[in-house]
Amino acid sequence: MKPLSKMTLGLASALLASTAISNVAQAEDLTLCWAAWDPANALVELSKDFTKESGIGMKFEFVPWTNYADRFLNELNSKGKLCDLIIGDSQWIGGSAENGHYVKLNDFFDKEKISMDDFVPATVVGYSEWPKNTPNYWALPAMGDVVGWTYRKDWFEKPELQKEFKEKYGWDLAPPTTFDQLKQIAEFFQKREIDGKTVYGASIYTERGSEGVTMGVMDVLYSFGFKYENPDKPYEMEGFVNSEGAVKGLEFYKALYDCCTPPGSSNSYMGEGVDAFKSGQVAMHMNFAFTWPGLYKDEAVGGDKIGFFVNPKETAQFAQLGGQGISVVSYSEHQEAALKYIKWFANKDVQAKWWSLGGYSCLKAVVEDPGFPASQPYAQTFLDSMAIVKDFWAEPSYASLLQASQKRFHDYVVAGNGTAKDALDGLVKDWTEVFQDDGKM
Amino acid sequence: MTETGLTMLNRTADGVARATPEPLARRVRGMSDKGLAWLFISPTILLLLAINIFPLIWAIQLSFTNYRANRPNELVKNVGLSNYQRILNDPDIWIAMQTTAHFVFWTIVLQTLIGFSLAYLIDRKFRGHAFWTTIILVPMMLSPAVVGNFWRFLYQPQIGLFAYAVSFVTGIPPTQIEMLSNVSLAPWSIIIVDTWMWTPYVMLICLAGLRSIPEYIYEAAEVDRASNWRQFWSITLPMALPFIMLAVLFRGIENFKMFDMVNLLTGGGPGSTTEVASITLKRQAFESWRTGYSSAFAIILFVAVFGLANIYVKALNKVKQR
Repeated sequence: MKPLSKMTLGLASALLASTAISNVAQAEDLTLCWAAWDPANALVELSKDFTKESGIGMKFEFVPWTNYADRFLNELNSKGKLCDLIIGDSQWIGGSAENGHYVKLNDFFDKEKISMDDFVPATVVGYSEWPKNTPNYWALPAMGDVVGWTYRKDWFEKPELQKEFKEKYGWDLAPPTTFDQLKQIAEFFQKREIDGKTVYGASIYTERGSEGVTMGVMDVLYSFGFKYENPDKPYEMEGFVNSEGAVKGLEFYKALYDCCTPPGSSNSYMGEGVDAFKSGQVAMHMNFAFTWPGLYKDEAVGGDKIGFFVNPKETAQFAQLGGQGISVVSYSEHQEAALKYIKWFANKDVQAKWWSLGGYSCLKAVVEDPGFPASQPYAQTFLDSMAIVKDFWAEPSYASLLQASQKRFHDYVVAGNGTAKDALDGLVKDWTEVFQDDGKM
Repeated sequence: MTETGLTMLNRTADGVARATPEPLARRVRGMSDKGLAWLFISPTILLLLAINIFPLIWAIQLSFTNYRANRPNELVKNVGLSNYQRILNDPDIWIAMQTTAHFVFWTIVLQTLIGFSLAYLIDRKFRGHAFWTTIILVPMMLSPAVVGNFWRFLYQPQIGLFAYAVSFVTGIPPTQIEMLSNVSLAPWSIIIVDTWMWTPYVMLICLAGLRSIPEYIYEAAEVDRASNWRQFWSITLPMALPFIMLAVLFRGIENFKMFDMVNLLTGGGPGSTTEVASITLKRQAFESWRTGYSSAFAIILFVAVFGLANIYVKALNKVKQR
């Protein structure tokens, strides 16, 4: 063979081999789908260890929260193969389990000795089980989250404000433990001049388009006595959804919106809340716990200037659950590799690193570690909040149920149409129709 | 065409014919004119069938079912006309239709009045009119997403320029001018943005109408000593009317299905104050996943727009024939 032909043959073989290797590598790659937010960046960092250990490459598909549900529910409904692993919202679990989008993980957990008893119970019920409170698992709890509050510690500690507040309300200016206290503090700060700037009482959820106003209202309503249904008779909502306490709770939320939010807060959710707090507009800020690490690190409002507190109480004390579980998509062609990732992710060391990077672990071994409360300034608030969580419906029709509550709550709280009783009566009517359509009533 | 022009055209045609590969030329040579015409338009027709007609037929079929796109494993039942019945008896749908009608009416009135006035001024051909025409046209060249986002900032009561401008004129504190949060102001905030963006489009069509009026008609009117006012009412307006009506038709159809601006500015809020029909449709189709129900709603909207547009086009033809 001539030298030139040899060289050509050698080059061709090398090219062929490299293409083949790259194809093998691509075939082993996993795509993980989630929302585009801070914890997702932490997960990218964390997943490098998985690639190092297993040789399986990781690709990520992150979509902003505003399009997250639309984008990925479309993907699942069309039986798309884009996502091998998905960190889906807690409310998707019913629909995704019943429509066969997620792989049931019971056998896998048994085989790999992954026990759901090792995870915080509220996260197992919220993120993994369908039907609720039955041992049918469709996800591994991945990212614990809950609605809580941040406040401007530096403002609260100003002696002149403390003195004025005590004179006005008769108690020390401190993080509120009841909703009445929260409103008093919000009123106190509303339109106050601090450091030459007009500030406002509180930033709360009012967003209309996706789930914002519902998450905010529910976060308050639970503690006022709202229940989704009769505990003894599923889907019976009359007198529970529109109970006297629930009406009071909704009236409280509207009063808080009317008195104490910054101007133009009629469509505010996670991002707008963070902006309001970071720009020094508000004294208190309702938001999911995932925002806390970022706010704590913020140069302008973080560090010593920020404090955290659990959702206040009324007749009871509850908080709205956020967060998600990680599931294997049943249409994935790489289910084996995806299950390997789940097994790796459930490991205690990985979970500990997940927390240290800014993710919220749901593993008891991590959150019940004696050093956990002191590990971050917000760790104890997170733990206390996770102990009192409740979640929205996770039924397959959750989207219709959510849309009805978005409309009813926004119509009353922001647009000021009708009364709180009208809004909740209307909600019972809407939700009844949805369950009747589903044949559940 | 002059003889030289014809000769050149023939030469070009000969050149093209010679350049056509022999196998293709042989195939085409045997075709009739009609066959050749079909050959050229068939890709477009196929594309239209695939992306317009087929989905329309499918949507009509789905509108008689209880199909939900998020429940692929559920049995799809034929529910007859019940989706249509529910929509037509749903008070929320009628409120959305009223909101849409309010929005369409006011945007058309404002855009037509301002658009025609601007076209009338530009048609005067004053010094620098070309520059001002370009400036006026800028808003309609922007993406609706960009427009929606920057107007959201302009309307912001604490930092928005709009609030400060209104405050400067009225003396009301800017933080009280909550264009997007106030129930009475929110619909107008969208009307203002849509008018700002699309008036230049109406202006362009009206300008084309004004420029199409022959100069000699005005000269004859001058000879008859008709006043400017008389010339406007008897010549300008009647002759530009078909163009104005065309602009109204285009804007009417567009605004009936307006989605992007409302979604970006208010998301349908506060409450349901600005929830136009397209927002309701999107919520039913892609948030509640009531595919059958939303298909029926889409068909009702389609029939409404199609019917109204047809009546309007007949009126337009009558005006043109006058």
